[in-house]
Amino acid sequence: MKPAIATKNLTKEFGRNRAVASISLEIKQGEIFGLLGPNGAGKTTTISMLSTLIQPTSGSAQVSGFGLERQDEIRKAIGIVFQDPSLDDELTGKENLDFHGRLYHMPSQLRAIRISAVLKLVGLEDKAGQQVKTYSGGMKRRLEIARGLMHHPKILFLDEPTLGLDPQTRRGIWDYISKLNQREKVTIILTTHYMEEADALCDRIAIIDRGKIIALGTPTSLKDSLGGDVLVIEAIEVEKLASLLNGTGKTKITAGQLSVTVHNGERMAPKLLAIAAKHKIKITSLSLKKPTLEDVFIRHTGRTIREEEASPLDMMRVRRRAR
Amino acid sequence: MLNDIYTVWLREMTRFGRARSRVVSSLAMPLFWLIFLGTGFGSAFSLPGMDYTAFLAPGIIGMIVLFTSIFSGVSVIWDRQFGFLKEILVAPVSRVSVVIGKALGGATVATFSGLIMLAIAYAIGAIQPSYGILPAMAFMFLTGTCFVAAGLAIAARMRSMEGFQMIMSFIVMPTFFLSGALFPLSTAPDWMRAISNIDPLTYGVDGLRHALAGNGMLPIWLDFTILAVLALVAISLASYLFRRGAL
Repeated sequence: MKPAIATKNLTKEFGRNRAVASISLEIKQGEIFGLLGPNGAGKTTTISMLSTLIQPTSGSAQVSGFGLERQDEIRKAIGIVFQDPSLDDELTGKENLDFHGRLYHMPSQLRAIRISAVLKLVGLEDKAGQQVKTYSGGMKRRLEIARGLMHHPKILFLDEPTLGLDPQTRRGIWDYISKLNQREKVTIILTTHYMEEADALCDRIAIIDRGKIIALGTPTSLKDSLGGDVLVIEAIEVEKLASLLNGTGKTKITAGQLSVTVHNGERMAPKLLAIAAKHKIKITSLSLKKPTLEDVFIRHTGRTIREEEASPLDMMRVRRRAR
Repeated sequence: MLNDIYTVWLREMTRFGRARSRVVSSLAMPLFWLIFLGTGFGSAFSLPGMDYTAFLAPGIIGMIVLFTSIFSGVSVIWDRQFGFLKEILVAPVSRVSVVIGKALGGATVATFSGLIMLAIAYAIGAIQPSYGILPAMAFMFLTGTCFVAAGLAIAARMRSMEGFQMIMSFIVMPTFFLSGALFPLSTAPDWMRAISNIDPLTYGVDGLRHALAGNGMLPIWLDFTILAVLALVAISLASYLFRRGAL
C-alpha cells in the first residue's frame, strides 16, 4: 500500500531561521500519526507545507500520492483543522458547513446529507442554527473538526486539536478522533505538545525539536527505548536484594533506594516480592514508575517539553480558544 | 469557477444580512454631509445653472460606495487575523475566484447602501426620481467593484490592523476629495485635475451625476468604459498579489 504521506528532506527556512530542517518520514494509510514537540518545533510549518499553504524551501513530499506542486489534487484529498480558529463567527454553524461544502464543489443534496451527518458525529445538531460567536471553545473546535471531515478527505490534519480546551472536552475530542479514524478509515496527522494526547491517541509518533525528528515509533516502543519500567524499592538490606535481583533487570542504589529497570513492571513486581520473601528480606515500600513520552523527550534533548515557554501568541491562542 | 465566485459572493451576502443595522448606521455620516454641507454651502456659494445640493447628492452616493467597498476589501485582513482566510485558501478554489467573488459581493453591498442614500436624496428633494436610477446602479456597482478590488490589493500585503488608519488618511480621503464629489473639477487648478484623472471615483461620480442630475464633464459612455477598465485592472492586480503573498 502506498503511504498516505511521504516526505524527503523537507525543509522550510524563514530568513535565517530553519523552521523545518530536512524532515523525512512516511505516514501509512489509516494510521493516527502524531507530531509531538514543544512550541516552535516546526510542527505547524510542516503541516502548512503538506497542506499546500506554504512552499518548502527545499526537499519534496507526496501527499495522497501527489507531489506538492499539484495543489488542487492535494486540496481535494485533505481536510485540515487549523491551530487558530478559522470559522466565520457571524455565520451559523450550519452556514459555515454549507460554505465549506460549496467550496469543495459538493452538490446541494450531498451537502445536506453530509452536514447532518457530521453535525451528529460531533453532537452539535442542536446548536447548528446559531451563530458561531455564541459557541464555547470546545463547540467551535468540534465544528471545525466536523467541517474538516465534511468532504470525506483521505487525510485529515489536526493542528493542536485540543489546545486550550478543558480536560473533559479534550477527552471528548480524543474519542471523536479515534472513532473517526476507525469508522471513516481516514488517515489522521495531528500535532500536539501534550504528551498524554500523543500517547492516548497516536499509532505512531514523531518527536520533533528545533525542526528535526529526534525519535520516531509507536508510543510503546518509544517508551521502551528508555529500557523499560522502573521499580523503586525501599528495604532494610538493599545491597543483598540488589545482588539477588541482578538477573531480572538493571539495578541501581541511590540514597538507600534500589531501582530495578525491568520490562513490564506490573508483572515483575509480584515476582520480585516473592524473591524477597524467600530470602526473608523485608520490603518497606515498592513503587512502579512507567516511562512517559516526556522522559523520551528529555532523554533526547536534555530538556522538558516546556509549557512555561509559551509565547504571548500562544497565551492569546489559549484565551481565544477558551472563550 | 462561476460556482466558486458565487460561493464567496453568497458569504458576503449572508454576513451583510446579519449586519444590516451596522450598514444603516454607516449611512448617518454621509447623510449629515449631504444635509448640512449641502445646505450650508448651497446658501453661501452658487454653481452656474444648478442647485448645490443636487450637485452634491451624486457625490455623497459616490462617497458611500467608496467607503463601503474599500472597507469590504480591506476586511480580508480580519479574515486573515481570525483565520477564516485559511479555510478558503486551503480549499480547491482558485485565488482569482476568491478575489472576484469578494469584489462582486462588496460591490453588491455598496450598491445597496448607495441606493438607500439615493432614496434619502429623493425624499429630501435633493434630486428628482427618474429612470436615471438604472444607469446610476450600474455606476455604483462598477465603482464598488473597483474599490473592493483596490482594498483587497492593499490588504494582500498587510498583516495587521495598524495600517488601517493610514489607509483611511492617505488613500480614502484624498480619493474622495479629488473625485469632484464636493466641488466641480472644471474650475480646479491643473495639478489637481491631473490627479483627479487617475482617481477612479472621478468617473464614478461623473457617471452618477449624468444619471441622476443630468450633467457631467465627460460623456457617460466614456465614464463607463474607463471605470470598467479600471475595475478589471484592480481585480487583476488583487488576484496577482493574492496568489503571491496570501499568508
